[in-house]
Formats: sequence, structure tokens, C-alpha cells
Amino acid sequence: MKMNGVLIPLERPVLLSELLEQQGYEQMRIAVEKNGEIIPKSAYLDTLVQDEDVLEIVSFVGGG
Amino acid sequence: MASIMLNGLPVQTDAKTLHQLQQQFPYQADVVIYNGFQTSDDFPLKDGDFVAFIQKGVMPNQEELESLMCARHTPAVHQKVKAGRVAIAGLGGLGSNVAVMLARTGVGHLFLVDFDVVEPSNLNRQSYYISHLGMDKTAAMAQQIQQINPFLDVKTKTIRVTQENAVSLFQGYDVVCEAFDQPENKAMLVNALLEHCPHTAVVSGSGMAGYWSANDIKTTHKFQKFYVCGDQQSGAQAGNGLMAPRVTVCAAHQANMILRLLLGIEKE
Repeated sequence: MKMNGVLIPLERPVLLSELLEQQGYEQMRIAVEKNGEIIPKSAYLDTLVQDEDVLEIVSFVGGG
Repeated sequence: MASIMLNGLPVQTDAKTLHQLQQQFPYQADVVIYNGFQTSDDFPLKDGDFVAFIQKGVMPNQEELESLMCARHTPAVHQKVKAGRVAIAGLGGLGSNVAVMLARTGVGHLFLVDFDVVEPSNLNRQSYYISHLGMDKTAAMAQQIQQINPFLDVKTKTIRVTQENAVSLFQGYDVVCEAFDQPENKAMLVNALLEHCPHTAVVSGSGMAGYWSANDIKTTHKFQKFYVCGDQQSGAQAGNGLMAPRVTVCAAHQANMILRLLLGIEKE
């Protein structure tokens, strides 16, 4: 699996919400694209990430 | 004979060159702009040329003013920019500066959204004046744009953007500039628009606090219809406040990406 351009080997499919937690993302501050499709926040809990998937994650910081 | 545009009006001229045309002109031209480029050189005139002669210190009438203001825009570029529809969500340090830049660029349709009023701590980085204190930011910005370019279609809405109203507020715009302050609000708006408005591009700001190198701020084409401007690290917090230079650099990145998108360029 590729996350923001970095290869992360997956032994088995994993739930997106678990992966985000493992990687330390704050779910209220991010947007996620999987294989070129935006993943709705409501679908984090039942989206499976497979080893061939490509994830792009943007994590916002405050200020504007 | 060449068919040209002179100060916004179609003109047939027997002048062969720019300088010949200038000599025929009834008043003194202090500034000469030829196809979007200010020049004192002579050029042969050809069909389709855009020429503007400007006399300094003289207030032209309404129609002439509009054409003279557009004179520095490259003609083919200006037509696309004028048709552009851009919404700005949040009129703080990013949004207020983006709005001013897009107005100067001649973006034809602007929609300005913010819930707040101008207060003193805004003035360290946001495009407002003492005279705006206490005014709705939407009204204060619309007033500035009126002074910069009165020929734009500017709509405003004083409202807090939420998960519930985001899509109905912004759908149909070519580009939405996300210019909120809180990371949760940034994420909420970006997710809502990318999920429900597939034809709208979103240009976001993230990471512009402090006085770190301005060179760390850049534009990244993150998803298909989504761009992030900023260093993506430096959040506003105690000891790392928001200051005019980096906030304005970030706003300029956003404005330039929005301009590029309006011109059909998707590369960051």
C-alpha cells in the first residue's frame, strides 16, 4: 500500500479508520483520497484498504 | 487599414504603427499599452491588436475606465478570467488577501462568505482598515473591491459555513478557495465539496504561521480536484502566531493557483 508516496506493506486488508489511527491522524482534520476517489468521512469505518491501494491524505493545520 | 481595439472601442485606422496612431490621438498619452504590455517602443499595427492610451491624472468616463483598467491584462487571458466564478470561504488573512488579488486580476464573479466582523487583532495580516472595525467582513471586503474594480459581479453572504449548508452555498462555482482558520472547518469544507461537487476545484490553505522561510510555502496538487497551499506544518499556536508576510505569501499561492485553474491549467 502506498500512503502519501511512501510504501507501507500490508499483510492483510485493514480498515481505513484503523490505519488512520495507527498512523496518528486526527480524523476530524483530514481528507483522504483512495485510488483517486475521495472517501467520505462516514465511510472510514467500513472502507477496507488493500495492499495494492494508493492513499493520499491531507492533514490540515490551523491558521488562515 | 487595421481593425484594432483602442481604449476598449473597435477602431479602423490607417496608422501603420503604434507611434503613428499615438500622434493622431486627440490628447497626450502618458502611458501606452500594446497587447497588455506597457511600452515606449514602436510596433507595426495589425488586425486584432489591443491598444490603450492613458492620460495620467484624468478621470475617464465609466466605459473608458473599464477598458483602461483591463489594458494590462493579456487580452485572451482576460476574457477567460472575466468569465470565472470563484467563491471564497472565509475572509480572514487568506481570504481577504485572495479576494483583493482576484479582484485586481479581473475575476468576473466573486462570492464572499464569512460570518464574522472586523476586529482590531485582524489588522496585523488581513486586508482591512481601521475604518472597517465592527463591519461585517463581507461588507468591508465588498467595499474594498468596489474601490479596486467596480466592474465585477460580487455577491456576499454573512453566514457560518457548516456541513449542512456547504454544498448548497458553493455548488456551481469553478473554484472554491478554502480560507478558514480552524483545521476541523478546513477538513469539513474540503470533504463536503470534493464529495458532492465533482466539477468544483478546491484550493486550500494549510501551514503559514510564524516567520519561517517563505520558501517553505508551496502549492501542491494533492488530489484530482484539490490543491493545498502552505508549508502544511506550521499551525497557528501560542508562540507561533499568524503574521502578514507568510499569510500573504500563502494567499498569493492560492490566488495564482485559482487563476491557473480559470485558464484551464491543472498543474500546480
